[in-house]
Amino acid sequence: MLPGETAIVAAAALSDLLHEISRLGYTLVGPTVRDGAIVYREIHSAEDLPAGWTDVQQPGSYRLARRADSALFGFAVGPHSWKQFLHQPAVTLWHAQLADQGAVTFAAEPPERKRLALIGVRSCELYAIATQDKVLIGATYSDPHYAARRAGLFVVAVNCTVAGGTCFCVSMKTGPKVETGYDLALTELIDDARHELFIEAGSERGAEVLERVPRRPADGRAREAAEKAVRATAEMMGRQLETEGLRELLYANLENSRWDEVATRCLACANCTMVCPTCFCTTIEDHTDLGARRAERVQRWDSCFTTDFSHLNAGSVRSSIKSRYRQWLTHKLASWIDQFGTSGCVGCGRCITWCPVGIDLTEEAAAIRRTDLRSQTGREA
Amino acid sequence: MAAARRKRLAVWKFASCDGCQLSLLDCEDELLALAEQVEIARFLEASRATISGPYDLSLVEGSITTARDAELIREVRRVSRALVTIGACATAGGIQALRNFKDVREFASIVYATPAYIATLATSTPIAAHVPVDFELRGCPINKRQLLEVITAFINGRRPDTPGHAVCIECKQRGTICVMVARGVPCLGPITHAGCGAICPSFARGCYGCYGPADALNIESLGQAWLRAGVPRGDVMRVLRSFNAGAEPFSKAALDYEDDQS
Ligand code: SF4
Ligand code: SF4
Ligand code: SF4
Ligand code: SF4
Repeated sequence: MLPGETAIVAAAALSDLLHEISRLGYTLVGPTVRDGAIVYREIHSAEDLPAGWTDVQQPGSYRLARRADSALFGFAVGPHSWKQFLHQPAVTLWHAQLADQGAVTFAAEPPERKRLALIGVRSCELYAIATQDKVLIGATYSDPHYAARRAGLFVVAVNCTVAGGTCFCVSMKTGPKVETGYDLALTELIDDARHELFIEAGSERGAEVLERVPRRPADGRAREAAEKAVRATAEMMGRQLETEGLRELLYANLENSRWDEVATRCLACANCTMVCPTCFCTTIEDHTDLGARRAERVQRWDSCFTTDFSHLNAGSVRSSIKSRYRQWLTHKLASWIDQFGTSGCVGCGRCITWCPVGIDLTEEAAAIRRTDLRSQTGREA
Repeated sequence: MAAARRKRLAVWKFASCDGCQLSLLDCEDELLALAEQVEIARFLEASRATISGPYDLSLVEGSITTARDAELIREVRRVSRALVTIGACATAGGIQALRNFKDVREFASIVYATPAYIATLATSTPIAAHVPVDFELRGCPINKRQLLEVITAFINGRRPDTPGHAVCIECKQRGTICVMVARGVPCLGPITHAGCGAICPSFARGCYGCYGPADALNIESLGQAWLRAGVPRGDVMRVLRSFNAGAEPFSKAALDYEDDQS
């Protein structure tokens, strides 16, 4: 088989496919049910997938629910993102050792050479990974830990056949159809008569794996069924965000009173940034041992919602919650474009679902549009 | 390098349950290494032998509840180069600060057979209300990794790494599923200082604030969310009035949620 070719694989044969991937030396990471949610963690076979489960998502609320069928990928994205495997929550960067003679030696912590196969990556998530690539694998500066994990990836993408209550990839032009950046892309076809996977090979490795599992050629009808399923998902977006002129809108509304209003609700808890698959900020901390002979530097996820984040020598530059929420939203949706050429938001909806008080960035952006300071009529009293 | 004099460590106890000192004893694996680097000059929980001051580092557990304590803490300050409070009692007054909202004589009359023997102050106050404090370590009880970090930092003259952000970040760093969002369980994590490693949410229960207020917080908004989740007003007040009842952001906010029983 060649990249670009397609095949139909029985859902029951997915374990064979996963087995072939792990035989190439990959650790499988994929969706599985744990602690009341569909999370990403190491899996061993298709048995570990959330068969028959879905999720019901609303601002500040997530619940698992049973589906009428036994679909393997019949849910949207959950609390975890692939970020925690690629841009990990904590990484030791280097350590230093003090020798008896007083000489200090420094050693960079070598990147962990772990080859991961990500199973069930959604279109918005592929865009999120591409977004982090731009930040973390730059021409001048590159994060060796991220780059190593990224280089070792095998990606099994999944076309969404259901959208979550907070999804808005259609607005962000990031989904739901997977377009590029995968080794294999699956579309799950399930009804009373069949349970099959329409699979497209996106790379030579992907094609090789596909060749080794029982399959039959995909005809035009199968392709049409797969496309129809994804088109239907595009029609069920839980949210939408008007992106036309959004950057200019936000820049022109730094003094909009909506920021004061959202600040009364925002907890500054940072959950939105932690769950966001594109948020990349980290802090570094240096530690020593008791005898001050060994020191190490650790990089940890940080957030623009903490006060330490903007702490300069006399205190925090963004001391109000208002200034921190505004920083977050305007970076995501406006200045990110100046910095990296794309929006910082891929429309996955995680920040909406996992905000404990259900703050919805699509609603905040819409509210600012309604009260645009540039339009006299829209000006608030 | 010439061997430097080992720094002297002292541990002091005021009104408290001893749990925080136990965290130090609990550092079984690290205790020997600690004893190599510092002279544990006074630690009655572990040994009755004491070496007199001055001390390089004093760890102070407990709150000030008697006139004698109020005098002793000044003496501790005088003989200590650095004074670090450990735990909610020393840092916020502890659970015993509940007396601050009532008449302590009434409590004494119910609890003790002969209340006349009880000589106590009307309030339970944190160490910082009496003497300057160099650093306050949060928790009820404190976390032993954080304790070692603080001791190591003070011994080596660097800043301890004990972030003041909310517990939520610890949840997310360890991949714990949010109990508020996924289960509708009221959680104090968004307003609570990190440090425990998000223990309670990892057992599917809400944080109950034992590390006290985070350094940036919006109690009003979280309180509203709790009320929307069906928590009675008085329960919001009571959860704010526990181990860190005396911490100002909590004590102030609790007033907004008082009910008939308070
Ligand atoms: S900002 Fe929100 S919706 Fe956009 S990518 Fe981040 S988590 Fe997803
Ligand atoms: S945002 Fe789009 S691509 Fe992402 S999970 Fe939802 S439907 Fe799928
Ligand atoms: S928007 Fe929501 S998740 Fe983000 S900091 Fe504010 S309260 Fe927390
Ligand atoms: S469980 Fe509690 S502490 Fe953890 S993220 Fe949710 S609200 Fe925050």
